[in-house]
Amino acid sequence: MAWIPTTKNDEQEMLKTIGVPYIESLFQDIPQSLRLKLWKIPEALSEIETYQRLESLSRKNEVNAISFIGGGFYDHYIPAVVDYLSQRGEFSTTYTPYQPECSQGTLQSIYEYQTALCRLTDMEVANASLYDGGTALFEAVMLSVRVTGRRKIHIIPGLNPIYEQMLRTHTANLDLELEYSDDSTNCACIIAATPDFFGNLHDLTDIAQKCHSEGALLIVQFYPISLGLMKTPGEMGADIAVGEGQSLGLPLGFGGPYLGLFAAKKEYIRKMPGRICAITVDKQGQRGFVLTLQTREQHIRREKAMSNVCSNQALCALRALIYLCEVGKKGLTEIAQDCFSKTEYLKQQLSTFVPIINSRPTFNEFIIRLPIPAEKLIQTLKIKGILAGIPLKSLLEHCKTEIPCKDWSGTTYGEDGDLLIAVTEKRTREELDKLVEAIRTSIS
Amino acid sequence: MELIFEKCNHRQAFSLGKEFFPKTEFLQALQRKTPAELPEVSELDVVRHFTHLSRRNIGVDTNFYPLGSCTMKYNPKIADVVSSFKGFTQLHPQFLYSEVYHEHIQGALELVYGLEQLLSEISGMKAVSLQPMAGAHGELTGVLIISAYHKYYKNTHKKTILIPDSAHGTNPASAAIAGFQVQEIPSNSQGTLDLNSFREAMNDNVAGIMLTCPNTHGLFETDIQEIADIAHKHDAILYYDGANLNAIMGQCRPGDLGFDVMHFNLHKTFGTPHGMGGPGSGPVGVNERLLEFLPGPRIIKENDGKFNLEYPKNSIGKVAPFLGHFLIAVRAYVYILMQGSEGLKEVSQKAVLNANYILARLHSVFLPAYDRLCMHECVLSAMPFHDYGVHALDFAKALLDRGFHAPTVYFPLTVKEALMIEPTETESKETLDQFCDTMLDLAELARQNPEKLKEAPTTTPVRRLDEVKAAKELNVVRSVSKLKE
Repeated sequence: MAWIPTTKNDEQEMLKTIGVPYIESLFQDIPQSLRLKLWKIPEALSEIETYQRLESLSRKNEVNAISFIGGGFYDHYIPAVVDYLSQRGEFSTTYTPYQPECSQGTLQSIYEYQTALCRLTDMEVANASLYDGGTALFEAVMLSVRVTGRRKIHIIPGLNPIYEQMLRTHTANLDLELEYSDDSTNCACIIAATPDFFGNLHDLTDIAQKCHSEGALLIVQFYPISLGLMKTPGEMGADIAVGEGQSLGLPLGFGGPYLGLFAAKKEYIRKMPGRICAITVDKQGQRGFVLTLQTREQHIRREKAMSNVCSNQALCALRALIYLCEVGKKGLTEIAQDCFSKTEYLKQQLSTFVPIINSRPTFNEFIIRLPIPAEKLIQTLKIKGILAGIPLKSLLEHCKTEIPCKDWSGTTYGEDGDLLIAVTEKRTREELDKLVEAIRTSIS
Repeated sequence: MELIFEKCNHRQAFSLGKEFFPKTEFLQALQRKTPAELPEVSELDVVRHFTHLSRRNIGVDTNFYPLGSCTMKYNPKIADVVSSFKGFTQLHPQFLYSEVYHEHIQGALELVYGLEQLLSEISGMKAVSLQPMAGAHGELTGVLIISAYHKYYKNTHKKTILIPDSAHGTNPASAAIAGFQVQEIPSNSQGTLDLNSFREAMNDNVAGIMLTCPNTHGLFETDIQEIADIAHKHDAILYYDGANLNAIMGQCRPGDLGFDVMHFNLHKTFGTPHGMGGPGSGPVGVNERLLEFLPGPRIIKENDGKFNLEYPKNSIGKVAPFLGHFLIAVRAYVYILMQGSEGLKEVSQKAVLNANYILARLHSVFLPAYDRLCMHECVLSAMPFHDYGVHALDFAKALLDRGFHAPTVYFPLTVKEALMIEPTETESKETLDQFCDTMLDLAELARQNPEKLKEAPTTTPVRRLDEVKAAKELNVVRSVSKLKE
């Protein structure tokens, strides 16, 4: 059988040592009446058959068209070294570094990841890591509740509707009051996204000050690539910064695994969820790394733990670290600048014949309001090998969001013609021009 | 070893090239003051740095890794190769929420649907959702389903979840984070749930019971039918923590044992890589009566063979942005297809054989927590070496010097000086023998020269580390000013 090395001879010798006649004897504790009689699991396939079957399945998916799809998840370029290095078995086939002496590679990479994330966001501490942007936001909310002892959660309009729904699901049994508001009185936290889901950029400095004068925490949801240019959560005064790390060297992969980015002010470190690594020395004075403040965690504190998280996204965090090291200080700025410049070019071209309805400046994503249903345009452009964007209304409906949906300024979104368009450094000028011409033709 | 942040040499590994797109100035008011102080190193620096880091780890690919309760089996490379097919890695998840794009994701939906069906069949559950992103996240999802069920039936008094003292820490943590009170139930002298204590604790305020089976003592809960009956009589939901599914796969099914809701650990039972701590994947399965509370969307197969979405009537909502860790699901799907019906049964048989073999070889020297046959893992105690001043931790460290990863130590909490050993089915008899020989050798050393064990490890990249200093000084980020010194 696949990947089982035990020979018939081994089996006999082992049973003899154990002192039972058959392998079945080892299962004597399972009552006969509960034993499996029959199941409908197919016969084994060979490696070749499996490869071919899965390859043909993968070909049923469309990945070759020119994509302008975003919505919080972006088609950024992944430098070759990210795959190459992160696939090493010495990383991928290890688990949580419970024995630090034989896990220094893992632990140092976690420490470096924490450092990279703090420098990216201008926050003081970071964990490594949470599942995705949505669960990172949930954990941030829980931290704010622990810190303030308050139950009100205020959300500034513009949060990704997927995350709003995830937040509602995760907190359904907790007597928290979630509402859209930018009022900082009596709440545990204000959640604000920049760029917001519609692409609008916000300076949250004032709202941070208001939060702090009222004893509330500001949770900023950020987009890591935008921080190549954008004012950081730390500069704005965020208490907790969370985000989706997918754009840092992780494939779109039809939904994951991704990476929950979580950074905070140092004063909250003892109430934070997740693994944290610290520097120390060994008995000979040599520098080394260990997991620290583990009394926050479930394997020590059980029901009193700060979070239930155990398995996390360590390998994804490693990918993000390798990505940030490879693109480096200059490369990240270049990539962010390129996304921004291309987006501005595209907006300028499109705005001559179709309204862009954003209320604020944008980074790499914006919304146009078509005179025809967005789906109709998408159908037409698909034939030309272009994936034009996300039909906003459909996404909002899937997230059970009230339509129309407002942003912070009160601008409403969600009409039939609203299309969310995203641009990354992978798009070329020719592709941008092709999109513009295709849209122009389709609506005229 | 140097930090990558200590190699600041003003080089640039990656660039978009000279021909930038004509630049539009970013808005000054929204601009960050200075660029993030990321490394400025060459690509070869990056490659060497991370290659060197990797060599300071041991993993399943390099060493025997009998870390109890973690199922560190071999991770098939074909699964990695298949999951890196472009048709999977580059597929945009937002297609899911726009019907207009559904024709583009039929292959992915077919795979998700197929894996959910296989997991249902393996577990005896009615339906499975792949959304939960790790085992603990599956637990949380399961508890949220329990909560939604009781809310729907207006059982508002049901606020307690019963959990055995041998449970994984994630169980009580997940129940608490979902807003429930946790009540611990002791184990009996046989290492299974104490039925009398359970009966006493059981009342109409109990919303659910979370059990691992076999439990963390590596023992099958022989009273499971009675436990299920008592729970169901009180309209309490029986939760199955699938952490130890590897022990019973193909022998019996949680659904047939009376469990109502469960999670799987794809990274344990179905051989997907543990990745230094993750990503895992923790699909949740439910029986008929909890079906309508599953996370949505779910994937359904239409009469014309097309795959589509459906939202369960009283769904708890979304626990993941899309359909969970899809690329992990691809790997698990490959694993199940290649094992096939007989292979999956052989997995549990050989996992249990290997654990019992280790138990048989070591039980006269290390004290077994319970003197009986075990399932997929055995729990031994280092208490016989207490008088020599040698502890479970010393054995763990000494094993590192002998080319083995350590077992889980000091867990379960119910066993003093616990050494929890899970060999898995993918290890050969030779490896098990080498491990057992080494353990016996170390036991001898513990009696003859205990100081030697307390010295260990001496061959690892670093020696024993000062955890107190780490927590006290709390240096968790390399500050920028140090860089410029």
